[in-house]
Amino acid sequence: MTREEILNKYGKSKDNLLYILHDIQDNNPRHYLTEEDLRAVANWLNLPYSYVHGVATFYSMFSLKPRGKYIIRVCESPTCHLMGSSDVIVELVKTLGIGIGETTKDELFTLELTSCIGVCGVAPAMMINEEVYGNLTPEKVKQIIEEKRRESK
Amino acid sequence: MKIARMHVLLPVDPDTVLAGVMEFQKALLEELRKRNLEEEIKVLETGSIGITGKGILMVVYPEGIYYANLKVTDIPRIVEEHFLKGRPVKDLLLGEVPARFVKKEKVGLTREQKRVVLENVGIIDPENIDDYIAAGGYEALEKVLTSMKPEDVIEEIKKSGLRGRGGAGFPTGIKWESAKKAPGDEKFVICNADEGEPGTFKDRLILEGDPHKLIEGMIIAGYAIGAEKGYIYVRGEYELSIRRLQKAIQDAYSYNILGKNILGTNVNFDLEIKKGAGAYVCGEETALIESLEGKRGQPRNKPPYPVTHGLWMKPTVVNNVETLANVPSIIKNGAEWYRTMGTEKCPGTKVFTILGHVVYPGLIEVEMGTPLRDIIFNYGGGIKDGKRFKAALVGGAAGVFLPESLLSVRMDFDNLKQYSAVLGSGAILVMNEDTCMVDMLFSIIRFFKHESCGQCTPCRIGTYELYALINKVREGEAKEEDLDKMISLSEAMFKSSFCPLGQSLVMPVKSAIENFREDFLAHLDKNYKCEKCRR
Repeated sequence: MTREEILNKYGKSKDNLLYILHDIQDNNPRHYLTEEDLRAVANWLNLPYSYVHGVATFYSMFSLKPRGKYIIRVCESPTCHLMGSSDVIVELVKTLGIGIGETTKDELFTLELTSCIGVCGVAPAMMINEEVYGNLTPEKVKQIIEEKRRESK
Repeated sequence: MKIARMHVLLPVDPDTVLAGVMEFQKALLEELRKRNLEEEIKVLETGSIGITGKGILMVVYPEGIYYANLKVTDIPRIVEEHFLKGRPVKDLLLGEVPARFVKKEKVGLTREQKRVVLENVGIIDPENIDDYIAAGGYEALEKVLTSMKPEDVIEEIKKSGLRGRGGAGFPTGIKWESAKKAPGDEKFVICNADEGEPGTFKDRLILEGDPHKLIEGMIIAGYAIGAEKGYIYVRGEYELSIRRLQKAIQDAYSYNILGKNILGTNVNFDLEIKKGAGAYVCGEETALIESLEGKRGQPRNKPPYPVTHGLWMKPTVVNNVETLANVPSIIKNGAEWYRTMGTEKCPGTKVFTILGHVVYPGLIEVEMGTPLRDIIFNYGGGIKDGKRFKAALVGGAAGVFLPESLLSVRMDFDNLKQYSAVLGSGAILVMNEDTCMVDMLFSIIRFFKHESCGQCTPCRIGTYELYALINKVREGEAKEEDLDKMISLSEAMFKSSFCPLGQSLVMPVKSAIENFREDFLAHLDKNYKCEKCRR
């Protein structure tokens, strides 16, 4: 869907702001919102640009920077922390060669941290896009990344 | 429902999906079809049954046999041996079935759960409205619409003593009454399904496993307060919940359970799902309302409360998923019945998640007032790998670290209060003797620092300061007075923060430092080695 189609789908009511942003971001292959997007939404809903920017930067699911094909979100809540998520994060940083919040040069991976994703029974856990991975260990994470690299070739 | 010789329950939730249950289900159905068993053996896709970390699970009735860690290649053997010859495949069984799943009469000593909210979860097909109706669903709604006035509904809920299950424990009936009495033509019911409290996934299991129960609770709430519109605000990350809810709402509309003139009466109720975008603070009811209106999710000043000035400044009831899921049972069975469970001031049951270093991490529903020790050692199976218990974090990240000496505490709103603790979301994180409490508190403070919405200064600056201090402790740079500083800082945040987010950090900070002081003192020594703190 194009941005215009999304805007038309939702109409001009301000309470749709979050859903419009969700949809525009989901339709961008790089999973982010451009300045142009925010301006178009602000115009459409008749809101100041600063307001839309404020909302987009408030919620952690929105990004204003281009992201990779795979967005890795590692849970860092106390349950996952207790079960060893720090080791998983260290391994991801090493394997991917990027810091938290960064994207690999080949535009494949973005590494993010997230609060509880509600699968604490299989902690430590992470999500790659919509998929959940649990009972993680540094070795397992390495394998998953290698698999994803192969898949995208 | 057709009568089948055997019922196979196949829990489908993020846990089992990740283990490949979708593929497994396809292969199982194919195998049954090949052997002409599809009429005899009914496979039901259910929500989670509360066992986690054991791969693909399957429960076979009438025997009540639990299989775990299944693979597609196991299917022919199970079908051949068990389904055809009646001999359960021993090496694929779950092993020791957690006590909480064994019926009392069968084993004698073990404990049974009291399931009210979760009565259907893991038993019915959440995507089939007929399953819910066959299990007695929407009977309460019918009773309400045909024989009760809104005042009667509120009276019944008040009599039942139901208290909000989101954490604060506010009496639900009183909330409804205030909204009903509030002036205004247009009123709203909002279900808070923005479950973000670390270690909590009870609401997800209700949404995934029995969405119609929530819908029924919401229609009843709407009828009671005079609202014709409801919203379910779900966490953006809960994809499966959103999908199942959408299906359930659609089906309810097609059965005229939602919409205009519900079940032929003059009652109208519309229901819509709204998706969050990742902000813990939106669990606070006024922040949630702001977010629903399309704004930054920052809490409002209270009073006025949402019951008079909520969504679009109109009277609004905001209830947690578990609270609303209690409503149909109360209406159907009466307040008296509800009061036979739990304690005098906290009747009913509570859903808990037991996590961390326990043998059976997962979810249970037990009566309010069940001792913590019982929950950890009987329902959770005790500490894993023969280790010793060290601490339990009760109530989520905004909870309290309890030491062994307080394990006898009864789990309800009032009893926990005696120890300055809270029931919160019902999360219980169990830690063994190897756990470093400095490291755990670090994790909690980091979480709050990230989730502080930035609106008020005490919380915004306070979380940063606490983060700096706990890092000093971790790195061996702190002095004993820094520990006192952390406590006094969190107490100041309690007194001056705008909303519960900043106010509640005092609980984990104070309880960790006071109950486990020796861990903190040890870290003050520059030469102390701690693997967890990486030094």
